[in-house]
Amino acid sequence: MTSIDQANFDGPGPDEVYREFLGKGAFKLQKCGGCGKFQFFPRQMCSHCGALDLSWEDAAGTGEVYSVSLVNRRPEKGGPFNVVMITLAEGPRMMSRVDNIAHEDVKIGMPVKARIVEEGAFPFVVFDPA
Amino acid sequence: MANPQRGSTAIVGAATAGFKGVPGRSSVDLAGECALKALAEAGLTIQDVDGLFVCLPDDTLSGLTMSEYFGIRPKFTDNNRTGGSAFLTHTEIATLALNAGLIDVALICYGSNQRSSTGKLMSSARPFEYESVYNPIFPATSYALSAARYMSEYGATEEQFAEVAVSARKWANLNPEAAMQGPLTVEDCMSSRMVSSPLKVRDCCLVTDGGAAVVMVRADRAKDMPQKPVYLLGSAAATKHRNISTMDDFTVTAAVESGKRAHENAGTKPSDMDVVEIYDAFTINTILYLEDLGFVKKGEAPAFIADGNIDPGGTLPVNTNGGGLSCNHPGMYGMFTIVEAVRQLRGEGGERQVKGAELALAHGSGGVLSSPVTNIFGTEATL
Repeated sequence: MTSIDQANFDGPGPDEVYREFLGKGAFKLQKCGGCGKFQFFPRQMCSHCGALDLSWEDAAGTGEVYSVSLVNRRPEKGGPFNVVMITLAEGPRMMSRVDNIAHEDVKIGMPVKARIVEEGAFPFVVFDPA
Repeated sequence: MANPQRGSTAIVGAATAGFKGVPGRSSVDLAGECALKALAEAGLTIQDVDGLFVCLPDDTLSGLTMSEYFGIRPKFTDNNRTGGSAFLTHTEIATLALNAGLIDVALICYGSNQRSSTGKLMSSARPFEYESVYNPIFPATSYALSAARYMSEYGATEEQFAEVAVSARKWANLNPEAAMQGPLTVEDCMSSRMVSSPLKVRDCCLVTDGGAAVVMVRADRAKDMPQKPVYLLGSAAATKHRNISTMDDFTVTAAVESGKRAHENAGTKPSDMDVVEIYDAFTINTILYLEDLGFVKKGEAPAFIADGNIDPGGTLPVNTNGGGLSCNHPGMYGMFTIVEAVRQLRGEGGERQVKGAELALAHGSGGVLSSPVTNIFGTEATL
């Protein structure tokens, strides 16, 4: 029989910690001490190997557009806008958007750089062309 | 070696209703109507049901809701929520429960009045904040991101995607029950309104009302019932994510696993199938699932479809009722893949009947390409 240290489950959950870092201007990702892989979204265990030994590491903030869709929106509301999937340099993928470029110019394979914005209830990550 | 459950249970009653709209009637009414019709077809009554399997889009306790509505006390109630594929898991669990002697008559039912009540796709899915802040349309943008990646990797075109919708319409035009009929060309699809690029309105399933039900019993009993039994030969499920952003490869679904295991259980292979019914929420579904289920190699489905292979009279009849793209889509279409497989194997397809159909594959999809479930059905000749 094995037991799991309760300390793994104490304190704020991973979503909360992730957002607190963003609020301080740091984009961090969880890295597994067991298998060495990074993951996104934050969880309290490694989604690759199940280990609990996770650390928060600064993300390089670089990545590449894996896929892009222009969501239709009426012209009077601003017209179509991009939603992208970004493959981060560390490996995980995240949904986001690319700013500071015409929406229709966002292309698969384009290198991008992360930036933290605060637009709603909590900060989140968007990207600019690198 | 085939699974010992192979052919041990059969569908002995099946019914559908309401694709063209039922204003003033609830989701429960629709599920109830289909249940009563399916039971009547099997020579059974609602009081015979001791295993109830149900999933309603807007009611997380729908198993209890339907028991209460029918006034029955099932020994086993299953309200699993793997999304639109839930019903294809129901046939698998019902088989296990029937063979364990836990139940004797399984009723699987579904109903949704989403078109009449809201006019929009109904979903009970929890919003995912790591996506929702970017304002994707759920679920269209999820599928669009898969489609865009697929086109980029395999050089597929939007016109080829449109061919999926055109083929579905050709089948729907042979099905009097289909909600959408009439001519549809690639040009019509290409000029339809963009929803979330590269997917346009005609790449997206309909928003309709509709219900369906099937009744399952053990094979020994099925032989003596009024309808030609349709046997469940194999079933398998696979779940690999909930949200599109955690899908590992946007061009490969877990149908690779569900299809392989379902065929192992059934002792069949893709080329044995006479009819294929796939949950086509979007045109990308038909493309990915035909590949992942092993009918064609990865990257080859668009050309295969554009060549007319899945059309009426083609080499591989797919979505013979018109699919979610042209027949009906009340929100959880998986149930209709089962019913259409049953109708084809009973020879009840009318103008759309695939001659001599003995083996049918029904494939459900849940979430956003997340939780596929594959059922393989056969006639008595395939036992």
